[in-house]
Amino acid sequence: MNLLKLVWLELGQRKTQLISGILAITLGIGVIVAIRSISVVSEKAVAINLDNLGANIMVLPQGASVDNYYAADIDAPTFPEEYVERIVTSEITGVDNLSPKLTRRIDINGQKLVLTGILPKNELASKPIWQNSGLFGAELNAACGPSPSNESLGYKDEKLQRKSIDSLGISDCLIGSNAASRLKVKEGDKITVSGTELKIGKVLGETGTIDDDRIFAHLHTVQNILGIQGQVSAIEIMGCCNAISDGLLGKLRNILPDTKITTIGQIVSTQIKTNQLMNQISLIILIIIVFVGGISIGNYMWANVNERKREIGILRMIGYPKSSIYYILMLKAAIMGLIGGIIGYVAGVLIAWFLGPYIAGINIAPIPVLLLWSVIISVFISLVGSVLPAWFAARFEPYSNMQEV
Amino acid sequence: MTTILTVQNIAKTYNMRDGIVYALNDVSFAIKKGDFVSITGPSGSGKTTLLLALSGLIRPTSGQIIFEGKHLENASDKELAGFRKKHVGFVMQNFSLIPYMTAIQNVMVPLSLNGHVSAEQQVLSSAVLELVGLENRKNHFPRELSAGQQQRVAIARALVNKPSIIFADEPTGNLDPALSTEIMEFLQKINKELNITIMMVTHSPQAANYGNAKIMLEDGKLSR
Ligand SMILES: Nc1ncnc2c1ncn2[C@@H]1O[C@H](COP(=O)(O)OP(=O)(O)OP(=O)(O)O)[C@@H](O)[C@H]1O
Ligand SMILES: [Mg+2]
Repeated sequence: MNLLKLVWLELGQRKTQLISGILAITLGIGVIVAIRSISVVSEKAVAINLDNLGANIMVLPQGASVDNYYAADIDAPTFPEEYVERIVTSEITGVDNLSPKLTRRIDINGQKLVLTGILPKNELASKPIWQNSGLFGAELNAACGPSPSNESLGYKDEKLQRKSIDSLGISDCLIGSNAASRLKVKEGDKITVSGTELKIGKVLGETGTIDDDRIFAHLHTVQNILGIQGQVSAIEIMGCCNAISDGLLGKLRNILPDTKITTIGQIVSTQIKTNQLMNQISLIILIIIVFVGGISIGNYMWANVNERKREIGILRMIGYPKSSIYYILMLKAAIMGLIGGIIGYVAGVLIAWFLGPYIAGINIAPIPVLLLWSVIISVFISLVGSVLPAWFAARFEPYSNMQEV
Repeated sequence: MTTILTVQNIAKTYNMRDGIVYALNDVSFAIKKGDFVSITGPSGSGKTTLLLALSGLIRPTSGQIIFEGKHLENASDKELAGFRKKHVGFVMQNFSLIPYMTAIQNVMVPLSLNGHVSAEQQVLSSAVLELVGLENRKNHFPRELSAGQQQRVAIARALVNKPSIIFADEPTGNLDPALSTEIMEFLQKINKELNITIMMVTHSPQAANYGNAKIMLEDGKLSR
């Protein structure tokens, strides 16, 4: 027998009470961990986006939500592919490159993936209209876009991200690393998407974004698979920065009235704002759980101490000093905090894991350092909440409960 | 025989709304080592108060308590706790076992205070449980034991630290006559064989007869 064993035996006695005592802390920690996990990962995704911007203007259907850069065109309504031609045939200058896309969530062998149809650059460029309008290069100068080089102005095709693809066969596809491992396929294999067979031309490198769960195929193939011919869910445009500041967005809006046209910068900043809001919410929740959790633990401890008056009297009678009584109760509070913090963290990780893909369009991995914070915060709240009850318990007059009833 | 405990003019008062209550009023006596003292008196006469004061669980309002040459009336709380764990064993009327601990765990509680490691605690506790005839019940919880068995566990716990004095407050108050006799004979055995001083509050004349000295209280004063 020692003090820790004593505390442990007593804890085992009252599991339901214990759980209700730490519930508030556990829930609060869980929500904070979930929010932090999602926002940290999505902040990382934003950073990756900024690194890899392949297009700086997005044409989206009117109803699309732009809260999340990566998820913006997933399951958005569609608009006609013919808008591409409208842009090209217009008098608008400063459009360097465009890439129409159609994106939908799909289910392959029970795996939830994202299917994106893209039009390879060679097909766009081969259209007579493109050659005539001289869109590529003619309007560009050194101050515009990424550094000019033989990599077609810095957009490395291998990295793909939001960039255009030089060529893609009508029955070929490219597959994200995560999707490939989930479907257990490799380069050269064939996959069947809603009855259409596609040959995997390449497994893409890991990016840490939803692209890892994506399958890229030819736009027209995807339109056929999904049964929405001639429709796209987004057009990504690489616009010259000078042209953007000269009002390129406004000109595009004039010719495409029923669409939403934004720059990636706006989308990313919306996402950063969302993350900031989430962080503020978690701060508010933190303040709430410090109070609610502390009061709830204090309440539990108070009831526990009253219930154990007799036992405390016995311990004092046997020769436990006041300090040991105080220590026993604070040790109990610390253990409760520890348990509450760990359960809260696990709950938060699970919430993030389930909701992350819906809220932020990304898969969330647990962040181990948050476990440390969860435990520190939870133990701290638990100790603070228990100080008063423990202080009073240590000062109980032991005889008042040893007089026969 | 040497004197183990001396009480000089102790009083304990409680200030109540309707005046001062004298729970103890100018009580003096001396107890020799190895005495078996029975304390009797009507309800409310101050018997429990006396035991609590002697063990340092409450402080007398005035007077002196000297245990083996040391004054208890002005000792600190910590010193008093140390005094109890080293020298005192308690047996109360209502058994006072910790409900979530088995018999042997209950007996081990005082040992933990004296820095015994777990294995020693096991050995010492098993030995005293054997002494009270409960070695085959050591893993039972208090609720799984009869009243007499619970009281024997309480006695084992009072004994395990090898105290020099045991305070017993109506130890047979909740037991039937046969069990009372058993417990009394057991206390007598401890008193004789282990030379442990016993001060026992009792309402029962038969129980009082086991003692070799008597203290009788009335209205907080020694009567007789
Ligand atoms: N905490 C207290 N506050 C006020 N009065 C008290 C307190 N404790 C005891 N008393 C009073 O002191 C007197 C002695 O009480 P005590 O419990 O010592 O009696 P007792 O002889 O043990 O009685 P019983 O035989 O019924 O157990 C009683 O009048 C009681 O009301
Ligand atoms: Mg009494």
